[in-house]
Amino acid sequence: MARADRVCAALLLAGVLAGCATSGRNPADPLEPLNRVVFSFNDTADKAVIKPVARAYRAVLPGIVRTGVSNFFSNLEDVWISVNDVLQGKFQQGVDDFGRVLFNSTFGIAGIFDFASELGFEKHNEDFGQTLGSWGVGSGAYLVLPILGPTTIRDGFGLLLDTQADLVFYIDGVPVHNSLYGTRAISNRANLLDASSVIEQAALDKYAFVRDAWLQRRRNLVYDGDPPREREELDDEPTK
Amino acid sequence: MNPPNNQNPVAMKISFCLLFALLIPLAQAQQPAPDVLVKSITEEVVAILKKDKDIQAGDAKKAADLIETKIVPHFDFIRMTRIAMGRSWRDTSPEQQKQLAAEFKTLLVRTYSTALSNYRDQLIDYKPLRAKPDDTEVTVRSDVKPSGSSQPVSIDYEMEKTPDGWKVYDVKVGGVSLVTTYRDTFASEVREHGVDGLIKSLATKNRQGERTKSDKT
Repeated sequence: MARADRVCAALLLAGVLAGCATSGRNPADPLEPLNRVVFSFNDTADKAVIKPVARAYRAVLPGIVRTGVSNFFSNLEDVWISVNDVLQGKFQQGVDDFGRVLFNSTFGIAGIFDFASELGFEKHNEDFGQTLGSWGVGSGAYLVLPILGPTTIRDGFGLLLDTQADLVFYIDGVPVHNSLYGTRAISNRANLLDASSVIEQAALDKYAFVRDAWLQRRRNLVYDGDPPREREELDDEPTK
Repeated sequence: MNPPNNQNPVAMKISFCLLFALLIPLAQAQQPAPDVLVKSITEEVVAILKKDKDIQAGDAKKAADLIETKIVPHFDFIRMTRIAMGRSWRDTSPEQQKQLAAEFKTLLVRTYSTALSNYRDQLIDYKPLRAKPDDTEVTVRSDVKPSGSSQPVSIDYEMEKTPDGWKVYDVKVGGVSLVTTYRDTFASEVREHGVDGLIKSLATKNRQGERTKSDKT
């Protein structure tokens, strides 16, 4: 609960600040000055603690174990993903995703093996922020949350619900679910080690690069990989 | 027997012209379709990557050479730079445009080589091309499935038809454009330090990339 409360407080604060902020140059990011502070805090925490732990995790555990861990959490997520499929009116996908859970939880031994993917039932990426987006809710201001990282006002509210629907949350015993949270975070970070090394190489201004990539990514997810072209994208002719 | 260069020069010229007249339409007819082009280049590069232990071990120099010879010729870096610059492209002198495109190209090649050295045994699946025969701009879509189980990542190539074949002017990974992601960074750099300032910070970034690379090896 405490985590949800913190997210909620951060969102409300962000909403209030978004109302009066003026300095942002990117219209999607009116909170830029504040976001930059949080971003550099996150970046420092990542460099000092999270990334080294993820590196060690990747170095110590063989690939097959890491895949098993990430499959286990991914299987738990599929439950909420299938609910979001249905909320977005994608009934067939909802049935498929729920089928993934049933199949992987049993034959895949509590989700450690993802046999459903091998049978052609592809994993999907859905969450409540995307559901809100599919209902026509705009993304709102870009927001960087402490530790949790980039999001937007809409997706932050989505995250509140995602957190409540998180099955790990309902596993009894504080030490157990805290260590599960920790393992999941490290496993997710380890999966992103390659991607983050590409960002380090690519970005002139890491903050702006991550923000712009994140916003495009979310837009792409809301439109399930086929977003309408933005006018801006086409406006590249040297003459009028 | 007379060697061929002792033949009547006029006849030589005429036969050369005839030869070229025959070859030019042939060359045009042989320009591969955009999806065929992307697929064949990717397959060629992947085959090299699978064999090359140096690149797999993170030899960025070698990866960059591979990109330079196999991939770069099929990209339109001027157009990529123009898209990344947005409106300020118009206020940029031809000399600055050339420098910008050169620095941006280096940066993108570096980035791509980092990504390539992370390549393992991913499967690439090409989607059928949705285009009419006379289209001059198409999107070639592919899905890359990483080993393990996670979701496939889409890689889409935006391509345009030019006299020297189809050229890529944007690559979107998971919907994130390699080019438009730089727009805000470029715009704020130009606003604060001018076009020359942007060229300078691109150059600095590229030199940094060089240094960290040589530190590693």
